[in-house]
Amino acid sequence: MNLLAALGAGLQATGGDGPTPIMAQPEITFSAPAQVIFAVTAVVMIYGAFRVVTTKNVVHAALWLMIVLGGVGINYVVLQAEFVAVTQFLVYLGAILVLFLFGIMLTRASMGVSEELDNNLKPVGAVAGLGLLAIIAYALIETFGNDKLTFQAYQGVAGPNSNGRTQAVADTLFSQYLIPFEVLSVLLLVALIGAIVLARKD
Amino acid sequence: MIHTVLGLELAYWQETTLRVLGGLVMLLLLTGGVVYLYLFKFVSFMQSRLGPMEAGPYGSLQLLAEVGKWLQKEDIFPEDADRKIFALAPAIVLASTFLMFIVIPAGPNAVVSDLGTGIYFVLAMSSLSVIGILMAGWASANKYALIGALRAGGQLIAYELPLVLATIGVVVAAGSLNLQDIVAAQANGEIFGIDWIGNPFVITQFVAFMIFVISVQAELTQTPFDMPIAESELVAGYHVEYTGIRFLIYFIAEFATAVAFAAVASTLFLGGWALPAAWGLGTGVMHVVGPIVISTKAVLLVGVVFWVRFTLPRYREDQLQRFAWKFLIPLALANIVVTAIAKVVF
Repeated sequence: MNLLAALGAGLQATGGDGPTPIMAQPEITFSAPAQVIFAVTAVVMIYGAFRVVTTKNVVHAALWLMIVLGGVGINYVVLQAEFVAVTQFLVYLGAILVLFLFGIMLTRASMGVSEELDNNLKPVGAVAGLGLLAIIAYALIETFGNDKLTFQAYQGVAGPNSNGRTQAVADTLFSQYLIPFEVLSVLLLVALIGAIVLARKD
Repeated sequence: MIHTVLGLELAYWQETTLRVLGGLVMLLLLTGGVVYLYLFKFVSFMQSRLGPMEAGPYGSLQLLAEVGKWLQKEDIFPEDADRKIFALAPAIVLASTFLMFIVIPAGPNAVVSDLGTGIYFVLAMSSLSVIGILMAGWASANKYALIGALRAGGQLIAYELPLVLATIGVVVAAGSLNLQDIVAAQANGEIFGIDWIGNPFVITQFVAFMIFVISVQAELTQTPFDMPIAESELVAGYHVEYTGIRFLIYFIAEFATAVAFAAVASTLFLGGWALPAAWGLGTGVMHVVGPIVISTKAVLLVGVVFWVRFTLPRYREDQLQRFAWKFLIPLALANIVVTAIAKVVF
């Protein structure tokens, strides 16, 4: 949550006004296409998310998850969070999903329908899912309230070679939120070492 | 810039369409040229034979004949295959390849989209092809294909890391992820006050360059890292069941990825489209010369890939993994530390 807040703050800090122009310039917005893209990806993602849990083949489930994770990446692009979007593609699609598929195919990659995928924990899952939805919705509404997304083209650093957004994320990450970032890194390292220790019992 | 040259005012979508078309033409021309030059002719001369000679002068139309042949072949699905995934897999591999070309600059303005995250975007998109390969191997319902796909998965994950870590050295040295900025840093740079060749990072980042080229060889699954498609062990690995146009897509993707990685390596380490700023060539000239410069560098680098491919024998699977995890990755990490220290000191 800390990291997310950091990224959000970084984007907000530099996203708004930029240098005040001397003459009034036409506002470059892409509100309409952004809304259309969001609507399409949202519908596809929700359908994909349902298929992840309802499909009877574990490889198909992983591939539907690919669609959901890719949709998240597209939404980051629409929100002009370029660095976060590319990270989403590299980490979630390029690494985590590949590891899912790799693990499934090494162990139980049966073709066709497998019946033992279902279990009796559906009510628990539904409660957990709805609870998570409520928490995230509450956090988002509390944080952003009635803020409106304007989808203005980014004006922070002029010119085509602007790294502005990425630099903003990096600056916030390595100054204001350095300690949470380092703690997270150590946490990941601990998880890595733990996995190796558990996997190698010799 | 196109406005000033042709006196045109183009809408955003018109300009983007032109850029995408230009990128596609460049991609297909270079890929076809590389296949003819290296796969047909270069290897033939290395093996003391002539190669294709019948179709066109010196067999130069052989590639078109081959494409025509593949397009005519029946598109066979194995009986037990998962048809949808089997059909979709080549498209994902090809999309991953094409997306890599979006940010590679070929001139001051000749780039489809000059993203701020440049090199990071290239690496992310190249990592997506593994999904397509795993899908292909699984959906074929063939043990050889599945083993090939698993080998490919393990290999691409292992060599992705040194690839990414090697580029970090360049990013630190140039101070930007953007490929145009990296090109500019090399063109305007100087080494101890000598500026007539600029500062191509192949000199100051030689270790990173070697790691990058070796990792690219593995990412492309070219010999000596061709275990995923080792024909003497796995028939043809993950694409053993593919025929006709779908095999053609894998074939195009393989060589287009080789061109893409060569172009990225030229941009990161050999100065990209730019010539050293000290030579005093203006932007107007570079609009024309830039694409020629980067194409030449990329084609020469693909030549190195094929030279190695047709020279060295295949590694064993455990040797491959050990080489990545115990040699390349520690070396790449050390390179980052040294580069960061040098960046602060100088």
